[in-house]
Amino acid sequence: MNTASATVSPGTRAIRSTALADIDGLKRRHPAAFASSATKRALAIGLPLAAALLALGAMVWLDFSLVRIWNGLHRLGQFAVLMIPPAPEGRFMAFSIALGETLAIAFLGTLTAAILAFPVAFLAAKNVIPNIFVHFGMRRAFDVFRSVDTLIWALMWINVVGLGPFAGVLAIACADFGAFGKLFSEAIEATDGKATEGIAASGGSKAHQVRFGLVPQVFPVIASQVLYFFESNVRSATIIGIVGAGGVGAYLTELIRVLELKQVAFLILMILITVAVIDFISSKLRMAVIGKSKMV
Amino acid sequence: MATAIAKLPDQQAAALGRAYAQSVSARRMKTLAVLAILAVLIVISAQMADVRPARLVANIGNFGSYIVRTLPTITFDNFFADIRAWYWNFGGWFRLLVETILIAYLGTFLGGILAFCLCFFAAANLVRNKTTRFVARRFLEFCRTVPDIVFALIFVIAFGLGPMAGVLALTIHTVGALGKLFAEVVENIDMKPVEGLSATGASWLQIVRFGVLPQVSSGFASYGLLRFEINVRGAGVMGFVGAGGIGQEFLIAIRNFYYTDVSAILLMIIVTVILIDLGTERIRHRLIGMERMR
Repeated sequence: MNTASATVSPGTRAIRSTALADIDGLKRRHPAAFASSATKRALAIGLPLAAALLALGAMVWLDFSLVRIWNGLHRLGQFAVLMIPPAPEGRFMAFSIALGETLAIAFLGTLTAAILAFPVAFLAAKNVIPNIFVHFGMRRAFDVFRSVDTLIWALMWINVVGLGPFAGVLAIACADFGAFGKLFSEAIEATDGKATEGIAASGGSKAHQVRFGLVPQVFPVIASQVLYFFESNVRSATIIGIVGAGGVGAYLTELIRVLELKQVAFLILMILITVAVIDFISSKLRMAVIGKSKMV
Repeated sequence: MATAIAKLPDQQAAALGRAYAQSVSARRMKTLAVLAILAVLIVISAQMADVRPARLVANIGNFGSYIVRTLPTITFDNFFADIRAWYWNFGGWFRLLVETILIAYLGTFLGGILAFCLCFFAAANLVRNKTTRFVARRFLEFCRTVPDIVFALIFVIAFGLGPMAGVLALTIHTVGALGKLFAEVVENIDMKPVEGLSATGASWLQIVRFGVLPQVSSGFASYGLLRFEINVRGAGVMGFVGAGGIGQEFLIAIRNFYYTDVSAILLMIIVTVILIDLGTERIRHRLIGMERMR
């Protein structure tokens, strides 16, 4: 499309110039096409202006200073030079083991969260439990679980099971429990009621209705969401080590603090590659689960 | 009115039954195989992640007692004084909370602007040049794959402790995440206005301004708000590495066992996050409604 303007035909140019010459006439004949409402215009100018002013205010409050940005950029440039070439400097095995631990944390955390959230999500779905207090209460409980960040959960679990990857698993499980509960219950509510009605009509119990009417409909959606969260949890699990909950984050923090930047760069590259591989595998699995046609 | 169900001849029924049993057993085998693979993966990763269920069971009481210990003692007779004692540092925490929200806002704002500029280069329907697209996409991917807190760790050393490092870290992460989503929005537009404009000889910028922008602006705003929501959570923990916001205070409270402070700050964070979620959700629904109406 970027070549479009270069290849304007002479005919087009002629039409354009005639139209421009008669612009007043065009405006008179097609007022609707040229009208712009005052409120719309005010919104289009006012909203971005307000946003920009708020941003400016925020910069003042958070004391941004050009001098610090300039100096910081200078130092970042030095860091970038120090990062080249990325090298493990003899710690490749240690990094690999830590990355394996990270993957294990993400996998177990996601799985635990999904297994715990699956039954509970039915309680939060309007079409399974019509009682408003039950599903409203469940929704808010999920919100509370969700609004606490994984790192905060990790800090709390460290108090219970001690430092190490197990706290990381529990932290991811807790944070995702809230997210899964919400997503699963929405998936259950979006199902087609005809299947359950059919089972009810042929004498199926409530449990039958859920097992044969709802589960087959929601399972592919849920499986694809779980895979998607696994991908994103691999990213979260790389940083959970910052507070001491296992995985590659502990190395990352320590190496950045002591400015071993070659190793940092190598480790980040390893993380990028791992994440890319996991994304590839999980998108293949997602396709297999929900089929290409329904891929959203 | 009775309807007789015609019964199939035995032979035919048996054949159908066999076919049914076969297909079901094939499905069952597949499910079992998946479960077996899953079980193996669980065992391996439990080994790697050092999972000790016994320890969890032994210490789960600690979690309960920890939560109980963080709860303040609030008596009915002395209600207001107790609340005041619990939130003894409300002013300071509130200030930090505002700072957290501003960090999230500024990170979203700056990241959104950069993502806006970059997304058009990553969209397949606007840029035919493969190299440009490839470079833009890989750059966005890099920005969103490296976790924001890792950028924060590096920026804290480069720019010094404080909220500025947090803002810049969130900005970079936001560029990556929003850039990808924005590009997808741009790729899903109706191309007819674009073709119409290019037929009248409009330049690339004019095409983007009048053909693309009106179609994508509500989608962009909706994703931007969603990102703001996520960034508020992210900004809440930036303080763990010294990059501003309420995280630092929370970390101090939890590390030094200031129990009631932990619950007080956590409650403030939860309420803020839920309020912002509800607010942005409402605006997003209105934006989506506006798009439907067109």
